[in-house]
Amino acid sequence: MLYAILCYHDEAVVGAWSKEEDAAVMGRLAIVQQRLAGEGRLGPVARLMPTTTATTLRKDGEAPVVIDGPFAETKEQLLGFYVVDSASLEEALEIAQELGRANPGGTYEIRPVLVLHPGKAMK
Amino acid sequence: MTDIGWIDAALTSARPQAVAALLRYFRDLDRAEEAFQEACLRALKNWPVNGPPRDPTAWLILVGRNAALDDVRRSSKSQALPADELISDLEDAEADLAERLDSAHYRDDVLRLLFICCHPDLPATQQIALALRIVSGLSVKEIARAFLVSESAMEQRITRAKQRVAAAGVPYETPGAVERAERLGVVAAMIYLLFNEGYSASGGTVHVRAPLCDEAVRLARLLLRLFPSEPEIMGLTALCLLQHARTPARLDADGAIVLLDDQDRALWNREMIAEGLALVDKALRHRRPGVYQVQAAIAALHARAARPEDTDWAEIDLLYATLERLQPSPVVTLNRAVAVAKVRGPAAGLEMIEPLGNRLSGYFHYFGVKGALLLQLGRAEDARVAFDRAIALANTTAEAAHIRQHLDRLMKDSQPV
Repeated sequence: MLYAILCYHDEAVVGAWSKEEDAAVMGRLAIVQQRLAGEGRLGPVARLMPTTTATTLRKDGEAPVVIDGPFAETKEQLLGFYVVDSASLEEALEIAQELGRANPGGTYEIRPVLVLHPGKAMK
Repeated sequence: MTDIGWIDAALTSARPQAVAALLRYFRDLDRAEEAFQEACLRALKNWPVNGPPRDPTAWLILVGRNAALDDVRRSSKSQALPADELISDLEDAEADLAERLDSAHYRDDVLRLLFICCHPDLPATQQIALALRIVSGLSVKEIARAFLVSESAMEQRITRAKQRVAAAGVPYETPGAVERAERLGVVAAMIYLLFNEGYSASGGTVHVRAPLCDEAVRLARLLLRLFPSEPEIMGLTALCLLQHARTPARLDADGAIVLLDDQDRALWNREMIAEGLALVDKALRHRRPGVYQVQAAIAALHARAARPEDTDWAEIDLLYATLERLQPSPVVTLNRAVAVAKVRGPAAGLEMIEPLGNRLSGYFHYFGVKGALLLQLGRAEDARVAFDRAIALANTTAEAAHIRQHLDRLMKDSQPV
């Protein structure tokens, strides 16, 4: 089963990390990711730009409306995601916990993936 | 997670909003700051034991407010609140406060906090120092180091700035749309000033002060989160990011200036560039050009060029022409002349800057550009005169050293082989 691990965190807090802290977190995450990749359990990984770069398209009205900013005004923002392959929810949670130890703070949402189009490899 | 690193980041990121809200309660900058300090101390004691609160910012505002009110009560000799009442109070009040923080209040609070640092009576350096102290929470020592002055001098400067702001009176009512737009413009200008102070130091031996640029980027992003559909704030943020992205390449290992054409573009920060380009893209959609957007668009063209010769100088010339219309200034024309020289040759560039001589007679870059154009035209003696003038006007030792290189080369070239 494929699971998406959606990473939520207060981006103001993440933005207050020093360069060194940020690099240290990314370094710790890379170790976990490398291992998962080696085991063939790691799909696409994304770190998203700040929500200030986001644009939202509301398409529930008569005419779609383009709005600056992220979809949801929440205290924690969607900052990135992983797709992992794991045998069970228990195992997916273990992966999330391991990632969480490398990157403390914030929240992970673990959600089974219904359809995944791997798409074309991008530069 | 409640390790100290996390708490530190949480306190730093909560600061603008928390101090701004406390300022609205107390209408006194010093009291608001003290209340926030007290709340931070209690957070450092409380959070590692009880875990982080659901909404750290709301927690800090509430605890800061209560602590300060407690102080007032104690000093008026009335009874202090029982400790557990304070705690049980917290749960409901935190939820209530969190609701209100999501509203526009927060936006106007933070804008007000930034705005009071920009009082027109304050000289630019005091505006910046005040914003760094109050909004960013840098210590006086850190700010003093950034401005290369003694700690006591900076302390005095900030105290004086605070007094002046307090005497001027700060409007606390919710601003109207026009007033809000005005405040936004003033605050944006202060952030850009802060950025420039870091990007090109106005004096001293340090040419680039990256921490000031970092802080400007942080404040610009903060402002953009509050006003997500303002194209000029997108432009300002993009401009800071795109320029700051070049910082690692702007000085060589010896601290000497490396010009744009000579920079190792592999050293440019790709993440900052990507974010800056995304913001320029977003801003352009609004079709409401402004000075920050145009300057960001120019920086974007440099960032997009893989090699110096790939730079779209013709487009840069057009953008500077737009900037000249929006904000006529001899410095803008000087910058445009650099683009014109690239497109139509050094003679065309020189022709454009000759009329600026009077107004830019005290401007280092004018003589730097003039010397370089004269040199390209083979007028070595005239170039030497311009470079001599530039050295006399250099703001930093790096600027002087850079021009001296040109002069040394001229000297060498003029000697018989």
